[in-house]
Amino acid sequence: MVTVADSRREEILAWLEEVKDPEVPVLSIRELGVLRDVEVTGDEVVVVMTPTYSGCPAMHAMEAEVVTTLARHGVPNVRVRTVYAPAWTTDWMSDEAKAKLAAYGIAPPGRLESEDLVPLRRRAPVECPYCHSVNTIVRSEFGPTACKAILFCNGCHQPFELFKAI
Amino acid sequence: MSRAGNREQGTGNGGSPDSWVPGARPATATSGVVENPFFEYLLRLADDRLVLGHRLSEWCGHAPILEEDIALANIALDLIGQASMLLKLAGEVEGKGRNEDALAYFRDAIEFRNAQLVELPNGDFAVTIVRQFLFDAWDVLVLERLTSASNQALAGIAAKALKEAKYHLRHTAEWVHMLGDGTAESHARAQRALDDLWPYTAELFMSDDIDAQAVASGSGVDVESLGPRWRQTVEQVIGEATLTIPKDGFAPRGGRTGRHTEHLGRMLADMQSLARAHPGAAW
Repeated sequence: MVTVADSRREEILAWLEEVKDPEVPVLSIRELGVLRDVEVTGDEVVVVMTPTYSGCPAMHAMEAEVVTTLARHGVPNVRVRTVYAPAWTTDWMSDEAKAKLAAYGIAPPGRLESEDLVPLRRRAPVECPYCHSVNTIVRSEFGPTACKAILFCNGCHQPFELFKAI
Repeated sequence: MSRAGNREQGTGNGGSPDSWVPGARPATATSGVVENPFFEYLLRLADDRLVLGHRLSEWCGHAPILEEDIALANIALDLIGQASMLLKLAGEVEGKGRNEDALAYFRDAIEFRNAQLVELPNGDFAVTIVRQFLFDAWDVLVLERLTSASNQALAGIAAKALKEAKYHLRHTAEWVHMLGDGTAESHARAQRALDDLWPYTAELFMSDDIDAQAVASGSGVDVESLGPRWRQTVEQVIGEATLTIPKDGFAPRGGRTGRHTEHLGRMLADMQSLARAHPGAAW
């Protein structure tokens, strides 16, 4: 049986597809895995979100965007609740979302790496999102945002960003 | 740390900034009876991250290469984010209406509970990297244990922070390799950094009644037991980097009970000046 609250929830989830990550504007917050749930209780809507990284500044922008987007659709009474468990992982990203990232020019996250903490071990090759060469090197483990690293493609001589697998 | 706007952080009450008045700061015991041991314990976890995060942020715009400038700023952001979550939880546990901003910006040095290692000045790039490596190797072990804390909020924060700490450790360990096994100059600087910092690592493995009570409640880490595993990681990386582990000896302590080096007060004066000049300011 579909209740009123259920259909309301579906409607709100559909509207929230409009909210994108400001740094990765091809992914909605649902595709990114930041949007965890929507709870409808009477007039009140609680949007449950989890941060990508502990200090990600884009979280504030995404939370504000959730509130203004729903307000635009006539939902005034919105609260954002932040949860930390389960911890966000790039494994939540669907193949479709990964394809969107690659098309946008960001190499999608690979599988989670082993628990081996010792450095200088070989890592799985990363494919260049432009020319698909796997002859690429890590330029910088940290990128312009917490979730990305900077790589360089020896095939097409382009720097590119990699969405880090965590 | 938080910004004003349409947001409600986390679960629980969080404590509104309005309910707390600057100047009406509850004194935190530095010795003797501790009113709320779990609050104290959370401050220890949070302050390591807040102070080290601020130290790393001092490199922003000054690191030797652009990639490292970005890396240090990113690590700083992770640590300050973790501190924010832990201080918020600490404020809830304390129950006196202090939120993460009140705890970060309106406590004096004597009320900070970080280990002295993290408050030391950045020194040169080698000092910053070696310190970060020594801390990260310890931090990963602490967070691994805390993921099974009986306090669910703490366990959740630890699970999140652990992913970040592992990434930090991989990065700083690679840099220890590069500096130690690099040029004569980088080797000498890395060794000097290691020699200078080594005594301060002892405090990371010291525990007292506060730690013991947290462990007994299922939400703490027996840091003394982490020593051998930490030593194994550190010895391997330091050895591969052709550096030499210094001898144990002089071991300063006191940070966990509010006795700090002269450096912390100066750092806090810088870190807290804006918040104290404009209490309650938001951006």
